[in-house]
Amino acid sequence: MISSRKGNLTFSTVAPEAGLKAALARSRSELIGEISASGLRGRGGAGFPTGVKWNLAGSARSGDKYVVCNADEGEPGTFKDRLILAEFADLLFEGMTIGGYAIGARKGLLYLRGEYTYLRPGLEATLEKRRKAKLLGKKVLGMEGFDFDIEIRMGSGAYVCGEETALIESLEGHRGEPRNRPPFPVDTGFEGRPTIVNNVETLAWAACIAAKGAAWFKKIGTEKSAGPKLFSVSGDCSRPGVYEFPLGITVAQLLKEVGGEKAKAVQVGGASGRCVPAPQFARTLAFEDIPTGGSIIVFGAQRDMLRVLKNFMEFFVDESCGQCTPCREGNVKLLEGVELLEKGRCSMAYLQDLCRLGETMQLASKCGLGQSSPTPFLSIVQCFQDELMGRTN
Amino acid sequence: MLVSEHVRLAKDIEELVSRYGRGREALIPILQEVQRKYAHISSHAMQVIADQLDIHPVEVHSVVSFYAFLNARAQGRFVIRLCRTISCDMAGKDRVARQLENDLGIKFGETTPDSKFTLEWANCLGMCDQGPALLVNDQVYTAVTPEQVHEILEQCRRTFSPHALAAQEQHHV
Repeated sequence: MISSRKGNLTFSTVAPEAGLKAALARSRSELIGEISASGLRGRGGAGFPTGVKWNLAGSARSGDKYVVCNADEGEPGTFKDRLILAEFADLLFEGMTIGGYAIGARKGLLYLRGEYTYLRPGLEATLEKRRKAKLLGKKVLGMEGFDFDIEIRMGSGAYVCGEETALIESLEGHRGEPRNRPPFPVDTGFEGRPTIVNNVETLAWAACIAAKGAAWFKKIGTEKSAGPKLFSVSGDCSRPGVYEFPLGITVAQLLKEVGGEKAKAVQVGGASGRCVPAPQFARTLAFEDIPTGGSIIVFGAQRDMLRVLKNFMEFFVDESCGQCTPCREGNVKLLEGVELLEKGRCSMAYLQDLCRLGETMQLASKCGLGQSSPTPFLSIVQCFQDELMGRTN
Repeated sequence: MLVSEHVRLAKDIEELVSRYGRGREALIPILQEVQRKYAHISSHAMQVIADQLDIHPVEVHSVVSFYAFLNARAQGRFVIRLCRTISCDMAGKDRVARQLENDLGIKFGETTPDSKFTLEWANCLGMCDQGPALLVNDQVYTAVTPEQVHEILEQCRRTFSPHALAAQEQHHV
């Protein structure tokens, strides 16, 4: 395995523990204010404002609170968290510790996907090193009243556990079935206690913001999508890997950087994201236009978009937890529809029925998995209808 | 299962319970360790774990059946999981899959008669820029070509000796 890192990353320019020291020099509310002012939004893809989340958990009254790092990076085409876990683990743990200080938690849990078990020894060694350096444990950096430690818990191969309440169910020893929200984890999280669940990258950026200040972060990116973002780029391009770009970059600019100018389409946001065809490459990657957790899969001119769609729908049929009907049954129906298209035996009327089914799933599914699983179906059917209909093989 | 194996399993589970505790949140870590050591979680193991944690065995089974990496059926010493998700698919995972089936003489979802290898599909392994990717137990292999399959399997066979196995188990439990 070679490093996926392409180009310069801000993470390698931040001095060790600069963020933690700066954070502990502030009061908890000042720190949360700083994170809020930076405009940082969740880097897993949902884009929830991190400062708001921390503030809600911080103001909850409870003796026990938790910081959970979501390292269940399962979205197809996403691998930037793997890079952080492998090469910037200290920064991540620093971010978790800062989060712990901000909300008043004593314990952090890193939920690491089972597929990344090979990263665990390195992460445990980093944790041990941090305990010895008084960066974890009792009185972090000698600060009276701030005890914080981090434990690693392993996933066992379930995509749905990337959904925050399913992740908490899994941490508690149950099937990874999402809960109803509300209540949200910020007041009823792990063991029923206030919990912040943040993506790996979000926590790493939080540490950078603590070190470099909100103003630095805010002036990168767009008004509604502040800051730099890591992008996981794969597929038909000459330089796949992990890149850092400011949010608000256009699809075309990104493709130029990665050597994918000849693409006919790009899947933004992984299997649960949307397919963006070449005529729309001037659109921007930002929460206000095309939101993304950073997964970019490039499709060259020769790619069969039906094969792509089939791959996505097989994925969702396999990974649906089966708890709610729209997702469990709907994905199977959409996959059957793809198989009809493959045989060239799908009428336009039936395809339109399937699109309506997809819209129903978006509305009626319990969690983000079912709500977003029809997105690739709907966008590929919309953009590449002439490629899909009336096949004779 | 031999009586002595029952005793060994019970002793291992007791040891795990003393390490992780009897709370419900200990269940998955315990199951992961049993899976690792015994290559599956037998119904007997589920019963013992349920007794130790004071929950119904059905609760244990419901968790085992949910997660792809926990198995009630015996798996091989080496579980090979080939990524089938889009980027690895575009990078040519079908030919690697074909060669794995050819060299092992089994289909996906099956275990070789000598219990050495289990072949499975995996969903996205997070190696999308270096596909096709596969896992052999916890170890990741990237940019795998069909002709490399033979060497990967040979590497496994070389480590599968009684001495290597004993060392592995001491390390894990």
